[in-house]
Amino acid sequence: MVDFGYKIAKDRQIDFDKNDRSIAQYVRKHEPTFNLCISCGTCAATCTARQFTDFSLRKYILLLRRGENKEVIENIHKCMLCGKCQLVCPMGVNTRGVIYRIMEMCI
Amino acid sequence: MNIDGKIAIWKDYQKHIAADKYFYVRSCVRQNFFPGSETTFLRILREELGKDVYEHPCHTTCTGIGYHGDIVPLDTMMTVVARQFALMTEAGYENLVPSCITSFGIYTEVLDTWHHFPETEARVREYLKKATGREFKIPANIAHASDVVYKFRNEISAKAKYKLVNQHTGKPLKVVEHIGCHYSKMFPDKGIGGAEYPYVLIGMVNDWGGEIVDYPERRHCCGFGFRQYLVQANRGYSIACSHKKFESMQPYKPDMIITNCPGCPMFLDKWQYAIAEMEGKTYGENGQGIPVFTYEEVAGLILGYNPWDLGLQTHQVSCEPLLDKIGIPYNAAEKYDGVNGIKLGKPEKPAVLQCV
Repeated sequence: MVDFGYKIAKDRQIDFDKNDRSIAQYVRKHEPTFNLCISCGTCAATCTARQFTDFSLRKYILLLRRGENKEVIENIHKCMLCGKCQLVCPMGVNTRGVIYRIMEMCI
Repeated sequence: MNIDGKIAIWKDYQKHIAADKYFYVRSCVRQNFFPGSETTFLRILREELGKDVYEHPCHTTCTGIGYHGDIVPLDTMMTVVARQFALMTEAGYENLVPSCITSFGIYTEVLDTWHHFPETEARVREYLKKATGREFKIPANIAHASDVVYKFRNEISAKAKYKLVNQHTGKPLKVVEHIGCHYSKMFPDKGIGGAEYPYVLIGMVNDWGGEIVDYPERRHCCGFGFRQYLVQANRGYSIACSHKKFESMQPYKPDMIITNCPGCPMFLDKWQYAIAEMEGKTYGENGQGIPVFTYEEVAGLILGYNPWDLGLQTHQVSCEPLLDKIGIPYNAAEKYDGVNGIKLGKPEKPAVLQCV
């Protein structure tokens, strides 16, 4: 094989037909406030875990909606369920409930 | 169906193409990539169709490759374009026919800019006057060279010796048509069929006997993208685009690809070699690739021109299997004979991609 100095870039297309959105569907069913999230990022801004790791609930909700679950599964355990995100959420999302349901599916 | 309504809607997708007296401007890169194509275009127009086509020896690049590569400023580009118009005006022609899709896009973009900002046109006229002493008229008609071949596709078909039909099965060849992005994605009303239904190559293929393959990534870019390829660090994105297209078209088992852009045939052809080397994957029959052609080469083939005069020996993917399918005779021993019998030298065969 020849080394050309570059490789075929990974495809970043989000294919909703192929991606597994079962986690998002499960969370949506058991915690309907999941649908209210507008990805504003207030939860991530106030998150204690975020101060020390790259944990971001805003990002994970977005990824779950796309069916890109891998990063969520690897990181969701970093949440300490303190609930600060729930206090600041402008949309009234039960963020602890959302995380708990995600954990049910992932851990 | 309300035919009147349909005709009214399709008016938006039609385009006026001049019938004769063309001022032809060549592409910077096609003469290296596919050297027989432009010669074949001129041969068809002059010898087969008896048209008046003029080429000016002082014509230069339109600067499109540098402009889209972010190194040529807008005003410089417009002044160079104004100079091309001046050459055409001096030669007494009004119908501009660029060989290159990006040039076509550049000319269209400049005229649209001047239409909306007349003060910019006045400024560029002043630049040109100061720099060269030249003046120019706005072209009466701008048509890409593929538009012109599309216009005369029936005449070419009437003179054709071959059809895009598999002589062994009697079925039409499955053809993937790939339109250059700068043809109609920037200014849809300047291309036949617009950006949604670009018909320029479909019309040729259908008239010449072939069958179009409709596949999911049909309108995806070939991956050239100028900066994507010109910067080595970005070439992974470039090849990923072609890779995506090949993966999408392969299940339909196309016999060939036809293109109307300088970059597209280059990348769709050469990346097949690179993908084969990187991933060990080929997309044609028997470990070969899918042969890629320019529309002039295809027109030349069906008119019975010698494949080696069309420059098909410069293709990475071997064209011989397709010539055999159509039934076009060729002399394998003369493949690498250049003009006046000078031997061009035989290229090394790739490790993975099977070549004849």
